[in-house]
Amino acid sequence: MQITIKYFGLLSEVTGCKEEVYEFSGGSIAKLIDELYVKHPSLRNKEFQVAQNQELVPLKTELISNEIVLLPPFSGG
Amino acid sequence: MDNKKPKSVFKQGAISSEFIADSIAKHQTKTSIGAHNIFLGQVRADVIQNKTVSAIEYTAYEEMANNKFHEIREATFEKFELTCMHIYHSLGLVKAGEICLFVFVSSPHRKMVFEALEYVVEEIKSKVPVFGKEIFEDNSHQWKINN
Repeated sequence: MQITIKYFGLLSEVTGCKEEVYEFSGGSIAKLIDELYVKHPSLRNKEFQVAQNQELVPLKTELISNEIVLLPPFSGG
Repeated sequence: MDNKKPKSVFKQGAISSEFIADSIAKHQTKTSIGAHNIFLGQVRADVIQNKTVSAIEYTAYEEMANNKFHEIREATFEKFELTCMHIYHSLGLVKAGEICLFVFVSSPHRKMVFEALEYVVEEIKSKVPVFGKEIFEDNSHQWKINN
């Protein structure tokens, strides 16, 4: 399945993109993140949370959306 | 209650004193209100390793952020007896000394607005996906971390 991965803040800087389309064979978000670490080794030591359907989800969550968003620590206000 | 509808909280650039003054003036017709409380977040010219922050550039995961702002509004109205509440957050460049967050709560009585305002601001800081890039005077930058 094709999914769109969006990167915000520092993460868009280290991956060099704000979003990308990625071919994923399915499974958990943790599995997807492991694959993204291979594609973007610079993500490995970065702190982030993952949002699916605009909600933060644990990594063990099954991927069900065609859009996954990687969010670094929030710093609004 | 028209002020409970989801709407965009974001404004491009700094939030001006005129905008804030105008928001206050607009409440003069709401005469059940006895107490307002206002929080203004201002960009600090922090000095980090001998370099001074000259501005913060804000970006956000806007769809999720607007949802979160809406959830925070709903939860706040449930917890506290408020007449109305307004939240504005900047996107894009805000220079040191300028306002980047404006939270305005109003109630018949003062005790509610003191508690409600702190609750809203802390919820925004921890739950809304907004990202600040601190830009130094020499144009280098670092990503802000909230304490």
